[in-house]
Amino acid sequence: MDFLLEVLVGGLLSGVMYSLVAIGFVLIYKTSGVLNFAQGAQLLFAALTFVSLVEREVPFVAALAITLGAMVVIGLAIERFVLRPLVNQPPITLFMATLGLSYVIEGASQLLWGAQVHGLDLGIDDAPIEAAGIFISQFDLFAAGIAGAMVLALVLFFRKTRTGLAFRAVADDQVAALSVGIRLPRVWVAVWIAAGVVALVSGLLWGARLGVQFSLSLVVLKALPVLVLGGFDSVAGAIVGGLLIGAAEKLAEVYIGPLFGGGIEGWFAYVAALAFLLVRPSGLFGQKLVERV
Amino acid sequence: MSFRKTISRLALAAALLGGLGSVAAKADGEIYFPLQSYRVGPYAAGGTGFFGGFIDYLNLINERDGGVNGVKFVWDECETEYKVERGVECYERTRSTHQPAGPAAYNPLSVGIAYALIDRATSDKIPLITINHGRTDSTDGRVFPYVFPLQLNPWSEASATVNYIGQQLGGLDKLAGKKIAVLYHGSPYGKETIPIFDLLAKKYGFEVTQIEVPHPGNEQQAQWLTIRRLKPEYVVLRGWGVMNPVALKTAVKTGFPVDHIIGNVWSNSEEDVIPAGDAAKGYVSVTTHPSGTEFPVVKEIVEKVYGKGVGNLEDKGRIGSVYHNLGIVNGILNVEAVRIAQAHFGNRALTGEEVQWGFDHLVLDDKRIAELGATGLVQPLQVTCADHEGGGAVKFQQWDGKTWNVVSDWVASDRALLRPLIEQSAEAYAKEKGIQLRDCSAANPS
Amino acid sequence: MTDLTLSQPRQGLPAWAGRLPVALLLAVAFGVVPFVGDQYLFDAILVPFLALSLAGVGLNLLTGYAGQVSLGSAAFMAVGAFASYNFILRIEGLPLLAGLALGGVTAAAVGLVFGLPSLRLKGFYLAVSTLAAQFFVQWALTKFDWFSNGNASGVITAPPLTVLGISFDSSVGRYLFSLIVVALLTLAAWRLTRSEIGRSFIAVRDRDVAASSLGISVLRVKLLAFAVSSFIVGVAGALWAFAYLRTVEPAGFDLDRSFQILFIVIIGGLASIRGAFLGAGFIVIFPLILSRLGQALLGDTFDSGVLENAQKIVVGGLIIAFLIAEPAGLSALVARLTRRNLN
Repeated sequence: MDFLLEVLVGGLLSGVMYSLVAIGFVLIYKTSGVLNFAQGAQLLFAALTFVSLVEREVPFVAALAITLGAMVVIGLAIERFVLRPLVNQPPITLFMATLGLSYVIEGASQLLWGAQVHGLDLGIDDAPIEAAGIFISQFDLFAAGIAGAMVLALVLFFRKTRTGLAFRAVADDQVAALSVGIRLPRVWVAVWIAAGVVALVSGLLWGARLGVQFSLSLVVLKALPVLVLGGFDSVAGAIVGGLLIGAAEKLAEVYIGPLFGGGIEGWFAYVAALAFLLVRPSGLFGQKLVERV
Repeated sequence: MSFRKTISRLALAAALLGGLGSVAAKADGEIYFPLQSYRVGPYAAGGTGFFGGFIDYLNLINERDGGVNGVKFVWDECETEYKVERGVECYERTRSTHQPAGPAAYNPLSVGIAYALIDRATSDKIPLITINHGRTDSTDGRVFPYVFPLQLNPWSEASATVNYIGQQLGGLDKLAGKKIAVLYHGSPYGKETIPIFDLLAKKYGFEVTQIEVPHPGNEQQAQWLTIRRLKPEYVVLRGWGVMNPVALKTAVKTGFPVDHIIGNVWSNSEEDVIPAGDAAKGYVSVTTHPSGTEFPVVKEIVEKVYGKGVGNLEDKGRIGSVYHNLGIVNGILNVEAVRIAQAHFGNRALTGEEVQWGFDHLVLDDKRIAELGATGLVQPLQVTCADHEGGGAVKFQQWDGKTWNVVSDWVASDRALLRPLIEQSAEAYAKEKGIQLRDCSAANPS
Repeated sequence: MTDLTLSQPRQGLPAWAGRLPVALLLAVAFGVVPFVGDQYLFDAILVPFLALSLAGVGLNLLTGYAGQVSLGSAAFMAVGAFASYNFILRIEGLPLLAGLALGGVTAAAVGLVFGLPSLRLKGFYLAVSTLAAQFFVQWALTKFDWFSNGNASGVITAPPLTVLGISFDSSVGRYLFSLIVVALLTLAAWRLTRSEIGRSFIAVRDRDVAASSLGISVLRVKLLAFAVSSFIVGVAGALWAFAYLRTVEPAGFDLDRSFQILFIVIIGGLASIRGAFLGAGFIVIFPLILSRLGQALLGDTFDSGVLENAQKIVVGGLIIAFLIAEPAGLSALVARLTRRNLN
């Protein structure tokens, strides 16, 4: 029983990390209908820039500020040079453009900072603490805390600020938003910057988990089933979906995996998300994602 | 984003085209190594170290000795990003250049590329060197005359690891009743040793549990919780890339002692432990060669290659790292094979077929290793017509948070146990492909 | 929001203008290239180009004509390759072409299963669910070594390429073999797009509901599209494995390969057979030119890592620029150019 609980808690804590990446996707998709595959590259770039600066003896806070600045600039550039010229193109074209974008960002980060791997120490120990008979990693708790705080900040931002309101208006109905005088490009800029910030935070947390290296960009693959389950356009869906996927994936690997010789995590999350949609076609939060034929 | 910049860069390239003309053809009195390197992508850290070391050693021979017996080495790099089809393209691009001798050998350091080249290199009669990796059964030189998994094939590695664990426990007989978990990368490379661990478990009476980590291995909570429940004495880590630091970190998170994790030959570099930070302290791994710069040959590279500013590594701090030293060892083995072939065919540029003869007769004894300034860096090696591995021994090293320290002497593998299995597998391949077995009975009288 | 509206199919080109160049190209490909090409051209450029073009044709049937986006093409290639290998290995005396066809049929069956979600999901939801195929197939092929005939390394090696006693096991032979297979299947695909079935694909793509009111069974059409597309992609996978790499491991059919094929389709032009070839040309040949140019010009100044990263930036940037400048793909560009020349 304790073991089951431990697997469950471990899965939920991993799930928070998936949610974090998924939120970055949701922000962009909600406003501009783009499935931004470059999210992984952005995350890699943020983590690599930050860690390279710290290794060059730039103080922690300054490095954070500089990286944040870089992410903002990248966000602006993406909006100006990629998104705006492609406005009104079919979603698949936009998706391919973000794939192209990820090549550019990956190439640029390695050109700039080299191909070396780095450790990233956020000052939190990995060692587990024991609570009620089960082991929980301090670092995972800390990461979950940060992720939670960021989600809260995003929610506040969208509920309490003017830009946030505009964002929600655009997400609800672009045409209506335009007709009441909301300037779309401005919202896009805000959203790409916000996504940059999410990339920075998730880049640092994932970077501390995996080390900062090229494979960091592959964490997007962990976020995609979360999006299928929770909906591409729902922040709440990303959070709950992440938790569900994380827990289901770990439980499946431990309890079902051995039947097939293990290693099923890679595809299980996708199958689980699909199975859920077949049972409950309206998705987690009743988005209109499934259409009758 | 940098679209305009790239356009202007292209324009610059086009302008240069007129001025430069075609690249001058290399003279033919040189020994040519085409390098399928990877300096970009997920495995770039290993690629830069290995190919850097290989190039540094070739440079040392050129700078210090004026080549081997007066014949200089040349090489060029073709980037593969560790992708098979790019490796194949690089092979096709270079295979018939530098005539009349052609390429001396290919050293891809990639399991996938090596597989795709086995047929090609064999029919083109160019040796294919897969140091420390590759198909285990290519050890059988009767079936694979042109393929050389020098020093250590995956099965020998597994066997030597179990022997080491036995040593730690106070003798192989102590293995009985113990539990060992093997955590492997979910790929053909990772799976290659499954039957061997099962075989060894049966032989020594320990219980082995083999657990797969799906590629790329950035999530291992489930696997390590399984290990925690299992409570094995040792965990053998057969990782690759990001899987290694994540394994170490997750081990710490789930309370498994890191000094009871034994990494294999692709989990043993600085690049595998640095991302794990403090979690890696105490971790033990296999190595075919120690890291460090205290070996005379490495010192000479620092002095004569880097001293002249032609060193290949951008970051001099990586000189003597595991991958860099592996590159140097690889350089030594290739150059020695050429030397041995020259003694037989004459001091000139050699064809791939002639270099293959050199590899087939490659012998490195303690005396020769000392002459090369590589005592302790390279293990004594005897390759024969039938045996293309030649070594099969490893040392073990422990990470102290800053460097690897060697903690064992050479530990041999149980090659007598493995050989029949290797032959069985190779013969099955020969049958499937309709290959006539080479007769090795007369080739190496030893 | 989730509907992937696709570009209109090209129309309006005079019929002969489409066919004459194709006949000419085929004549050159069969009659001239085998005599003038060298091994590098065949083994490193043309054979992979042909295999990927065929995969592009297959995916284009699904994505371009029937409007269903798949990110799992590499998985269907893998199924085709491993299934062909096993059929040829395990059925004594099975002709090579029959083995290829059976491999394609197996891929079609697997495609059918993974196409089932398309009955309920659309757009990116469907695209992401096809990733399940991508990861599942790769896992299964690695996991169960029966698929690779018990090879400890999980790799398969190509059977001899012999058809009716004629051996195609040389550079030219492999090229001709690929060319014949690709030409035949492309012709079949082209005929299909002009048929009743092809029109029903387009009807489903353009408007599900309207199509069903016209008496088209949307369900059947979507599954048929998945099956036909996967068949062709599967045969392309077998070509990739047997004629090009000759020894493959499942990892060779990874997500990057799926993206590569999607790029071929998008850059070449959706709903265009010719586009698949143009797209494959761009994706296979252009990076090679760039890398050789870079090495020849700047190889002495920079190491290959720097060049490669710069090349990555150039390729990515060009893809974006191209999507901005010509979202309908190379085939639309070519159509415009030829029309201008004709006038």
